[in-house]
Amino acid sequence: MNAPAEFLDYGPDAILMAGLNGSNWRLKDYIARGGYDALKKILAEKMAPDAIIAELKKSALRGRGGAGFPTGLKWSFMPKNYVGDKYVVCNSDEGEPGTFKDRDLLRYNPHAVIEGMIIGGYAMGATRGYNYIHGEIWEEYLRSEEAVAEAYAAGLLGNNILGSDFSYHLHNHHGFGAYICGEETALLESLEGKKGQPRFKPPFPASFGVYGKPTTINNTETFAAVPWIINHGGDAFLALGKPNNGGTKLFSVSGDVVRPGNYEVKLGTSFATLLQMAGGMRGGRAIKACIPGGSSAPVLPGDVMMATDMDYDSIAKAGSMLGSGAVIVLDDTRCMVKSLLRLSYFYYEESCGQCTPCREGTGWLWRMVNRIEHGQGRNEDLDALNSVADNIAGRTICALGDAAAMPVKSFTKHFRDEFQYHIDHKHCIVPTYV
Amino acid sequence: MLSAELQQKIDREVAKYPADQKQSAVMSALGFAQDEHGWLSTDVMDAVAGYLGMPPVAVYEVATFYTMYNMRPQGRFKISVCTGLPCALSGGEVAAAHLKSKLHIGFNETTADGAFTLKEGECMGACGDAPVLIVNDRRMCSFMSNARLDELVDELGQAAARGEGRQGHGDAT
Amino acid sequence: MLNLEIDGKPVQVNPGSTVMDGANALGIYVPHFCYHKKLSIAANCRMCLVEVEKAPKPLPACATPATEGMKVWTQSASAVKAQKGVMEFLLINHPLDCPICDQGGECQLQDLAVGYGASSSRYNEPKRVVFHKDIGPLVSAAEMSRCIQCTRCIRFGQEIAGVMELGMIGRGEHAEIVAFVGKTVDSELSGNMIDVCPVGALTSKPFRYAARTWELSRRKSVSPHDGLGSNLVVQVKGNRVMRVLPLENEAINECWISDKDRFSYEALNSDERLTTPMIKQGGEWTSVDWATALEFVAHGLRDIVSRHGAGAIGALVSPHATLEELALAGRLVRGLGSDNIDFRLRQSDFRGDGQAAGVPWLGMTIASVHTRDRVLVIGSFLRKDQPLLAQRLRQAAKKGTQISTLHSVDDEWLMQVAHKATVPPSKLPLALAGIVVAAANAAGKPVPSALGSVVPTADELAIAASLGSGKTPAILLGNYAVQHVDATALHALAQMLAEITGATLGFLTEAANTVGAHVAGALPQSGGMTVQSMLDDPRRAYLLLHAEAEFDFANARAARAAMEQADLVVVMSPFRHGVSYADVLLPVAPFTETAGSFVNCEGRLQEFHGVVPPLGDTRPGWKVLRVLGTMLKLPGFEAESAQDVRASVAPDGAAVAAMLNNATRIAIA
Ligand SMILES: Cc1cc2nc3c(=O)[nH]c(=O)nc-3n(C[C@H](O)[C@H](O)[C@H](O)COP(=O)(O)O)c2cc1C
Ligand code: SF4
Ligand code: FES
Repeated sequence: MNAPAEFLDYGPDAILMAGLNGSNWRLKDYIARGGYDALKKILAEKMAPDAIIAELKKSALRGRGGAGFPTGLKWSFMPKNYVGDKYVVCNSDEGEPGTFKDRDLLRYNPHAVIEGMIIGGYAMGATRGYNYIHGEIWEEYLRSEEAVAEAYAAGLLGNNILGSDFSYHLHNHHGFGAYICGEETALLESLEGKKGQPRFKPPFPASFGVYGKPTTINNTETFAAVPWIINHGGDAFLALGKPNNGGTKLFSVSGDVVRPGNYEVKLGTSFATLLQMAGGMRGGRAIKACIPGGSSAPVLPGDVMMATDMDYDSIAKAGSMLGSGAVIVLDDTRCMVKSLLRLSYFYYEESCGQCTPCREGTGWLWRMVNRIEHGQGRNEDLDALNSVADNIAGRTICALGDAAAMPVKSFTKHFRDEFQYHIDHKHCIVPTYV
Repeated sequence: MLSAELQQKIDREVAKYPADQKQSAVMSALGFAQDEHGWLSTDVMDAVAGYLGMPPVAVYEVATFYTMYNMRPQGRFKISVCTGLPCALSGGEVAAAHLKSKLHIGFNETTADGAFTLKEGECMGACGDAPVLIVNDRRMCSFMSNARLDELVDELGQAAARGEGRQGHGDAT
Repeated sequence: MLNLEIDGKPVQVNPGSTVMDGANALGIYVPHFCYHKKLSIAANCRMCLVEVEKAPKPLPACATPATEGMKVWTQSASAVKAQKGVMEFLLINHPLDCPICDQGGECQLQDLAVGYGASSSRYNEPKRVVFHKDIGPLVSAAEMSRCIQCTRCIRFGQEIAGVMELGMIGRGEHAEIVAFVGKTVDSELSGNMIDVCPVGALTSKPFRYAARTWELSRRKSVSPHDGLGSNLVVQVKGNRVMRVLPLENEAINECWISDKDRFSYEALNSDERLTTPMIKQGGEWTSVDWATALEFVAHGLRDIVSRHGAGAIGALVSPHATLEELALAGRLVRGLGSDNIDFRLRQSDFRGDGQAAGVPWLGMTIASVHTRDRVLVIGSFLRKDQPLLAQRLRQAAKKGTQISTLHSVDDEWLMQVAHKATVPPSKLPLALAGIVVAAANAAGKPVPSALGSVVPTADELAIAASLGSGKTPAILLGNYAVQHVDATALHALAQMLAEITGATLGFLTEAANTVGAHVAGALPQSGGMTVQSMLDDPRRAYLLLHAEAEFDFANARAARAAMEQADLVVVMSPFRHGVSYADVLLPVAPFTETAGSFVNCEGRLQEFHGVVPPLGDTRPGWKVLRVLGTMLKLPGFEAESAQDVRASVAPDGAAVAAMLNNATRIAIA
């Protein structure tokens, strides 16, 4: 399953993915790269949990799963003197269309994730951890199982880790095909052996998580960044990026570029640079549009993207979200109606069906876009699309509703003329869809 | 219904969770059961329910919620092709079309010889490797140009002829 | 206490309450579907979205915790916009054929659609079709396209009935409610799913399309079945009972009823009904008028008395009969000079007679049962015998009450049972003795000498320990214990255990009017014969009131034989039965066709009126007995109304309460 070598070049700024060649994923290799030094340091110095959380706060590490929530702050929410088990959960249910970075972490650098989770356990006084792995990546699951076994064998997991009085148990949980399980509370339900239906919040996982116990959930990449921060300090991590946007970030570049793949760059790097790393536009075509943060993020016109930097705040300013760092690039041969159709179908298929607006609305949206794409569009459809999207957004238990509404609203906003053309002429404005 | 080997696999999963949380193992239990039986018949789900002490209907809920569980017999090799937007932009739909014409079936159909079932998959978290597909939920194949698709289909076709792959249409039910 | 403001009105709620609780306290109606006060919160229908100060988006009132100083608007522009948006979504895939829907007229969706729905739909895509299901003989799932996925039915099963028989399979738009492949819904409380379903997805099979709801008149009644006396709404069309629903009464049945209470009405309209008085002459049954029938009975009874003495007459009456019927039946036989009357038809141990300090009862209010922290239930098929008491204990168990059982059958109670002792029937007293000894030792109290040799088993030790560790323990004797051949010993031992552990002793009384039958004196009072002796030493004449020899007696064979040999058997019943041994059949009214009253297990006197006129020549039992008594010139039959009769036995609840007492003088020697 090793991809062609050039895909292991994550770029000059890489820290999480530095020095990876696809086969040096084992414990010994990781340790040779300085792996588990952070954990050893913490245990040797009996570092105070609060000190670790303080470093994270300094680092301005923000959640890599989509919401971009400050990680240090999230960790500080865990009840301190709670009696009984507390849990740390890693969200490796990478299913947001366009996102494929966590898979690389799991297969090429699994111990970085494990070490990050152990440190999380230590910092939050948790006793158990689970890594919930996307159903479609079975080989990565098996590798994670091997890596965890290695860690247990080396005394890095289990009771009295490295002879300390800190005990922590970690296991991998395999999903079976449900995008919604990426949503943290759906993930917890799924972890409990139920349908992945999101829970109403409050209560938040920090007070009522898996099995009703205090739980903190972070993305794979978030955990993977933690050891580096402990080793080099929060300030160093912050310095890599920009204020409030610390560190490097893995971007999954897909679509009409020469070299689709993952690239790790400093937050604040310009989109143009990232595009260049991916080899530029395929066939030298012009960029028409880009979805900068996974399919749930609003689409932006190409020129807007070309003027934007890749960090949470800049992309927000440009009118979208950095999200999971999935950059989907579309060139000028792409039909925006057909592209939206594909996304709408995805959310329709993946809605868990629990709450009314999402269950009923995603199907409605898809059917309308489908009619437009197939020359059955009506003039009232464009307004209907927007008001139905408005009736879904913000009215549901979880953010899938918003995720389904966002593309519809942004596509019809930035490319309304293309939709109108489809409705009027019953076919595409662009010649072909290759 | 659940072979000794299957029970061992399930027990290993059960051990990952707190003693009073056996239900957490239901997803992997169903997965392994599917590997063994090819699909999840009512009997299989009943057996899993009994083994984990769950209400049968709760198991049925789980089995029907997650898309990778087969609720009816499949071909020996179930091929799920990703046609999500990012993949579509890099040949996902071309690959799907190629497989349809090569196997003479559409999505959710099974070849007459019971060797192949074709499925439309949602994002597999591997968009960079498009076109991508998964064989029997476990084996992901990347960069599937038409040439590589032909190789794969030949390889699996021969395997099916040798009776390899999962119990499918012919043998199941 | 938290102070918040809803629609400008201040309200106080307990910490942990939701916005919905606050609105309910203020009597402000927030539209909702998935919310149900007795079920866990799902917050999935999103109909209850309201505007909350400082919240960026509308929040579901049912799930949003109330906070100090919170300001909520349930009818503001943004709230109503959200509610209307949700309503539109609920309707796009819902059939809009209310006129032909069985739920039409009592559908929450229909009601709210009037207020929140748009006049015309902008949805012009194909509608979802959901396949009908067969989930058993009582609950119909023939119209699942109407389901709005509120999951009330599922939560009812999981939380109230204690068994998950329905689930929601699939996901997204394809999600649908099902029972497990090919299985039916078997819960003894299943009918309540029909009530909680806010739309016409789950309906009553027997009632389906029998009537439109607006054609029905609603009349209050009381269930004649188990000892709870669940409150009912009986729905009538013409002179026919069409449907039975719960009448909410937090103190008794809450908002539920058992399937027995709900569906048994079908018998009321069956052709088993006896509609005219009948007399058997020369082996031939002939319908006659009341005068003839009663004259025949009066003459027959007088004849027996004169030839064999009054003691040759025995009355065997049902604890399902009304207080009034039982009182007059007693006066009748006693007026004739016999004290042979008994309602304890299924009882087989009468050694306790004359030893009881009062009328056996639950020993506590029904509503307080689930506040007990320890409960030992002895000899009971609880789920079948008192389904709603089982439900209350189920909720108690969830809140930490330790429930223990001592029984001869290890049946599934669908609740957390802390300790179980299952022993053969003959060993029940010994096992209970074991618990007594264990409890005495644990409490450092003297072990009754008679039990000196008893060695408690592990189960018995565990049960005793559980009871002993409680602050508000209770011991409940079930029907099976009362009907046991050693019932007296079980009673005495249970009393002993109660004394040792400081527990309250109670009886899960068998029938709607078991307590009432005691109050009415429908058992021997001055040396008369018990049911057992009336069968062992057969009488010449029997009066059977609502009782069937084949089905209602501890010893059906003996009962049958006794009837066969008697010279005169008078059957008073709404149904045609006993034709082989009876000489007279008198059609008396079932509970729906007469005024009357029942005293339930907690000693609550509940009056009710007929909801339909008697069928055919049927007459209320108390009237029939009154006429008979007058014909025989007996005293005490002057009463003009059921109320008068009642007043002469139990003027009020207090009078009944004064009689209740579970103590027995029987000691284990
Ligand atoms: C519909 C939906 C899908 C999501 N999918 C993912 C996912 O695949 N991976 C992930 O890490 N977070 C996902 N999230 C975000 C998680 O809910 C959660 O915010 C995140 O895992 C927290 O980790 P972080 O703070 O490290 O980002 C998803 C959220 C929603 C609403
Ligand atoms: S059947 Fe009725 S109660 Fe059950 S989910 Fe559907 S609408 Fe709700
Ligand atoms: S009643 Fe509140 S969401 Fe259904």
